[in-house]
Amino acid sequence: MIALLVRDLRLAMRAGGGFGLGLAFFLLVAVLVPLGVGPQGATLARIAPGILWVGALLSCLLSLDRIFALDWEDGTLDLLATAPVPLEGVVAVKALAHWLVTGLPLTLAAPVLGLLLNLPAAGYGALVASLALGTPALSAIGAFGAALTVGLKRGGLLLSLLVLPLYIPTLVFGAEAVSRAATGMAPGTALILLAAITAGSLAILPFAAAAALRVNLR
Amino acid sequence: MSIWEYANPKKFMQTSGTVLPWVTAASALCLLGGLIWGFFFTPDDYKQGSTVKIIYLHVPAALMAINAWFMMLVASLIWLVRRHHVSALAARAAAPVGVTFTLIALVTGAIWGQPMWGTWWAWDPRLTSFLILFLFYLGYIALWEAIENPDTAADLTSVLCLVGSVFAVLSRYAVNFWNQGLHQGASLSLDKEQNVSNVYWVPLVVCIAGFALLFLTLVLLRTRTEIRARRLHSLLQRERMA
Repeated sequence: MIALLVRDLRLAMRAGGGFGLGLAFFLLVAVLVPLGVGPQGATLARIAPGILWVGALLSCLLSLDRIFALDWEDGTLDLLATAPVPLEGVVAVKALAHWLVTGLPLTLAAPVLGLLLNLPAAGYGALVASLALGTPALSAIGAFGAALTVGLKRGGLLLSLLVLPLYIPTLVFGAEAVSRAATGMAPGTALILLAAITAGSLAILPFAAAAALRVNLR
Repeated sequence: MSIWEYANPKKFMQTSGTVLPWVTAASALCLLGGLIWGFFFTPDDYKQGSTVKIIYLHVPAALMAINAWFMMLVASLIWLVRRHHVSALAARAAAPVGVTFTLIALVTGAIWGQPMWGTWWAWDPRLTSFLILFLFYLGYIALWEAIENPDTAADLTSVLCLVGSVFAVLSRYAVNFWNQGLHQGASLSLDKEQNVSNVYWVPLVVCIAGFALLFLTLVLLRTRTEIRARRLHSLLQRERMA
């Protein structure tokens, strides 16, 4: 499993663009929104938590179809399915690799973008905490969506239609935690609920994704 | 005599063929009776005027929109556990009906909300979760349409329906947490003495029965169509093989 993780990470780093792309997209969202709504600091401060969370969500979405698609095309997935490692474990490792190359960099970059969007100082802790707690759920849900659509020729658009509604609870609690902290309220409840969603997704979705992969490999 | 007999498509086609005209007639009767009674023979509300009468479309449609998803969930589970094709096809047949009911509930709500709340749309938890339900329906239908192999499609949509149900419920509670409500509380519940004034209550129950029967009619009809389409497909394939 560790070998698989290392392999996936190497592929993501070296094989063309997947790694930095999400991050660049996140930056672009944070730059485009002030250009769209105007540079007034107060407005930006109000919408910053939402923008950062929606931006993180969309950047996560960008690289989802790469989780399984390449391995599906060259037949690696068939080998992984017959390997001694259970397919659920393979899914979990691939979701972890996806999180390491998208969710983690997004979490680390978010404070800088918060600065661009004039996020109040009280919000930064909650921003990093909520992204660190929430993005693993985004990767797990995304891996499930990618497993559903892996057999399709043009699954990209369908993938976003399937995955984005599933992202709603994570988004609501994540953005709520940040905006509560930014306006001086306690973000604890929202963070706990966010962590609960992540824990639940990590526990259940690898099984659902593996079931979907088995159907697709049949 | 067990319910599993209807897993046999032949048996299902026979029984549903005989039942269908009766269900159709009953749903037409209930809908016509309930709607005409509701629209023309109930008094106007003292505060809402005649806009109150949209309740006869809005409440039954909303109720059936949720129940349609629930029926899809049960049918998907049956397909995953017992591999009955009729069950998978019934789930497929119910989805477009459910999405239409969701749309009816959203649109009638907007039409009522404009004069009453002064807005077509508010980000109220109930309204928002219905919009989310609508999105879930769209994803489910799109996945069915996208996959060519019918068994693969049935399996994958069933898994999606299961996971989607969990997340739909989560979303419901998430939006509750996220915003205060503008929408009134539940119109109907079984543990109250009187839900709405009796003049409105009786035609409303008739309308709900009508919508439930309409749902049954449409699902039976569409399931029969799906079964026939499946048969046609296999006949064509056999032709090509020969």
